[in-house]
Amino acid sequence: MSTIDQVQRVSSFDLWKLVKKTAFYLLVLFIVVVMVFPFYYAILTSFKSGTNLFIVTYWPHELNFANYLNVLQSAAFLQNFANSIIVATLTVLLSLLLAVTASYALSRVNFRGRGVLLMTILAVSMFPQIAVLAGLFELIRFYNLFNTLWALIFSYTIFSLPFTVWVLTTFMRDLPVEIEEAAIVDGATPWIIIWRVFLPLLWPAMVTTGLLAFIAAWNEYLFALTFTSSNSARTVPVAIALFSGNSEHEIPWGTIMAASVLVTAPLVVLVLIFQRKIISGLTAGGVKG
Amino acid sequence: MNLKSIAGGLLLGALLAGSASAATLSIVNGDTGGNLQWLRGVLDEYQKTSGDTINIVPMPSSTTDQFGQYKLWLAAGNSDIDVYQTDVIWAPQLSDQFVDLSTAAKDVSKDFFPSIIESQTVNGKLVAIPFFTDAPALFYRKDLLEKYKLPVPKTWTEMASEAKTIQDGERAAGNKDFWGFVFQGNAYEGLTCDALEWVKSYGGGQIVEPDGSISINNPKAVAALEEAKSWVNTISPPGVLSYGEEESRGVWQLGNAAFMRNWPYAYALGNAADSPIKGKFDVSTLPVGAEGDKPASTLGGWNLAVSKYSKNQDAAIKLVMYLSSAEVQKKRAIDLSALPTRQAIYDDADVAKAQPIIPNWKSVFQNAVPRPSAPTKTKYNEVSNLFWSAVHDTLSGNGSAADNLEQLEAKLTDLKGAGW
Amino acid sequence: MSDIAIPAKANATRRPDESDLVKQRVRAAMWFLLPMLAALAVVAAWPLLRTIWFSMTDASLTHLADARFVWFNNYLHWTVLKSGKVIWSGVLVDPAWWNAVWNTLRFAVLSVAFETVFGVIVALVLNAEFPGRGIVRAAVLIPWAIPTIVSARMWGWMFNDQFGIINDMLMHLGLISTKIAWTASADTAFYAILIVDIWKTTPFMALLILAALQMIPRDIYEAAAIDGVHPVKTFFRVTLPLIRPALMVAVIFRLLDAMRIFDLVYVLTPNSAQTKTMSVISRENLIDFDKFAYGSAESTLLFLIIAVMTILYIWIGQVRFEGGTR
Repeated sequence: MSTIDQVQRVSSFDLWKLVKKTAFYLLVLFIVVVMVFPFYYAILTSFKSGTNLFIVTYWPHELNFANYLNVLQSAAFLQNFANSIIVATLTVLLSLLLAVTASYALSRVNFRGRGVLLMTILAVSMFPQIAVLAGLFELIRFYNLFNTLWALIFSYTIFSLPFTVWVLTTFMRDLPVEIEEAAIVDGATPWIIIWRVFLPLLWPAMVTTGLLAFIAAWNEYLFALTFTSSNSARTVPVAIALFSGNSEHEIPWGTIMAASVLVTAPLVVLVLIFQRKIISGLTAGGVKG
Repeated sequence: MNLKSIAGGLLLGALLAGSASAATLSIVNGDTGGNLQWLRGVLDEYQKTSGDTINIVPMPSSTTDQFGQYKLWLAAGNSDIDVYQTDVIWAPQLSDQFVDLSTAAKDVSKDFFPSIIESQTVNGKLVAIPFFTDAPALFYRKDLLEKYKLPVPKTWTEMASEAKTIQDGERAAGNKDFWGFVFQGNAYEGLTCDALEWVKSYGGGQIVEPDGSISINNPKAVAALEEAKSWVNTISPPGVLSYGEEESRGVWQLGNAAFMRNWPYAYALGNAADSPIKGKFDVSTLPVGAEGDKPASTLGGWNLAVSKYSKNQDAAIKLVMYLSSAEVQKKRAIDLSALPTRQAIYDDADVAKAQPIIPNWKSVFQNAVPRPSAPTKTKYNEVSNLFWSAVHDTLSGNGSAADNLEQLEAKLTDLKGAGW
Repeated sequence: MSDIAIPAKANATRRPDESDLVKQRVRAAMWFLLPMLAALAVVAAWPLLRTIWFSMTDASLTHLADARFVWFNNYLHWTVLKSGKVIWSGVLVDPAWWNAVWNTLRFAVLSVAFETVFGVIVALVLNAEFPGRGIVRAAVLIPWAIPTIVSARMWGWMFNDQFGIINDMLMHLGLISTKIAWTASADTAFYAILIVDIWKTTPFMALLILAALQMIPRDIYEAAAIDGVHPVKTFFRVTLPLIRPALMVAVIFRLLDAMRIFDLVYVLTPNSAQTKTMSVISRENLIDFDKFAYGSAESTLLFLIIAVMTILYIWIGQVRFEGGTR
């Protein structure tokens, strides 16, 4: 009965549907414009130089690639870029690896003190960065990591691990118990259960957490500045902060914006690649109520 | 497996960090693009003669960022950095962490501006040796002064009324965005510099006097701040309360201001090829409160200090002495139009020929006021913060100058306690 | 037929007879937790405990080593004058600190509230199927992807009263008649940082919520559609309860970040007493004012405030820690 209803409704409300569709696309357009406009403005600015930087324009008037050349010609920038990729990738992989198993334990196994444990993990990221800076610095010198990429991977754990653990725990907790039961009956070890049963279902959550953590590590500035002292270990945000004009108070906006565009572009590509993975794993899992 | 990768990282890190050899020095500074290249060139020369290898560790040019990092590094006894380039106001705050340079510099210290050497001396210890210096000036549009037949202003009130005349005229002529005067009004160290100049040039002292007494609450200082307050929203845009150096230069360089208080860096940029005000402006000493008062320019600039934790202190001291030598400073003046800290260079014929603006600055330095960093020691940043907050409050109409300065005096007295 | 009932919630029993199995699982869980906890301990234990320790000493950054233990004097202590008058001092009676707490709370609550609403809307849009969805997803993530040190400065530039594009746009649209000095006064600066923060972190919310939406089995929607349930009703009755756990976590992490906001405030407001936040004020004391112990005390208080807020939030929002036993 409902199928017939549906069909009739669809045919008789064509106009309404059109309006809805238009409204939807307007909403999409609005969201995209608001989100992207400042980036667009950054691109505009990256083509400007000198006094033009202070003049408001909405469309590109000159296509001056000098700023980009400026960025790319400084040999250190590519090195910094590579550093950022290494640091962010390793931080995320390490966090995800540690977090997947831990979240399984925290979400699927019943033991006392889980809530307290989760809160403790969260508490780690509750201090302001600047407050832990001194202690972390001592630690890094103690482990002899100063001015290495490991110092950054090490210190980024402080915010990326609690985040990944919490998000994955939440997502795993809400998966229905039935999907695990069959495997338990088959005598699968917890390890097998994680890899064979949960991982395929957790793709949307893993990719999302990974992306968010990747970007957070990619953009981190304070630790990266404090724990490094040469271009061999510095990352892109520090490199951007190091772009300077020719004199003390001048801020080289064009170059900074060019660098920001260059830095953001790979992230956009990354999202384009990985967003396909942010699709439901559950439909494939065939869990029926 | 995870633990293994961490352990591997530790090992690798240890190897990387251990490879630094003993003959290598690191100098850290927040110098900007061209200056950094220049420094590299000078250091390359130095490496040939001395045999030392010298790395530059660049830092962001934000002074606050640098200060934070250096303090942390020094607190942790970081031996990876040997030479620090320090702001004039840091010496008393970091004096414990740096090596005394007075023995190394005893033959040459008389060649420097005494006021700058004094600012770097804490309890008889020469904390850092002056490298180059900086002092602001009044930028004015000479074409507009000519157009409205006005002289270069001598006092602040004169400047304000001229600014008003020009602003009214230019706006009537169609430039709605024109303003009379821009300065640095955001609540930050820059406002301390600006306001110190107003107060000092009104004869209102320098916040905390060299003997440590708190002098800020006086009628002349009140008059100076009231004068400054009257500019906001009349000859200065309301947004000036959030301006730093670059924002004021933005307004100025678009040709939208008649006067600007700024550092010499704006001179070269304003004369760049694409600048609408190219060749249309000049600089002069900052105005005074009344005829007979002395103009005041806040002393800026950078110095070189050797870390106490350096493993190569002797080599580092040698390097510092070389960089501050007359030869290098002269080269710097000619190449970068940086202001030298040695007096003789201002009279040097080569410098005068290459950078005609430099000799003029000698008189500015005779009027340079140091910020009260020496008497207030480690509490300087807090003093400065309280001061700029009081000034910012006054400028934004949050209480009268008299009230705010009275409260400021109370807070400073409280902060001072038994002594700075 | 009525598949709208969530399968996970119903039927929450586990056969108690498998006690061996349960023990084995708990043991495995401990081993699974260990690497993560060890990693956290190695990284975080020392810096955190040290901050708390320093908050009870008279340490300054120049003299970290010879710090003296002073109990809670940095938080609160009193001196009795000869006249019998009692003078209180310490962070807990510092008006500047409480002002910063108020600024931060006001900011955090407002910005997270807006971000959540916008995040849900954006996530719903991204969850729909339409041509070019991948590109829109990537585009939406851009604000989160621009380094904060850049985006803060960039917005500062855009908010400039004289040559900023925001005033220029508003003027062209006829919404304002004179240029607003956004970052010059405490009030407008507050709105400025709200706008920028919401812009910057909505993608974070949206992406997490999108992931939650994607984890919802399709058949639930199909069932609702077949039953003819209005989409709005479906959203409130089905979608929202199902994404609630993820939403809660997203909000918690945003709240943590918002309570510690630093860069935006530093760049976009006149740093007068009126606009400072907790992080700004504790940074000032830690580094600039050479009152490391006092700053540590403020950081510890900030930590406590966040902890209390999180616990309250979890309690009021009834976030479940149990699960997997259904």
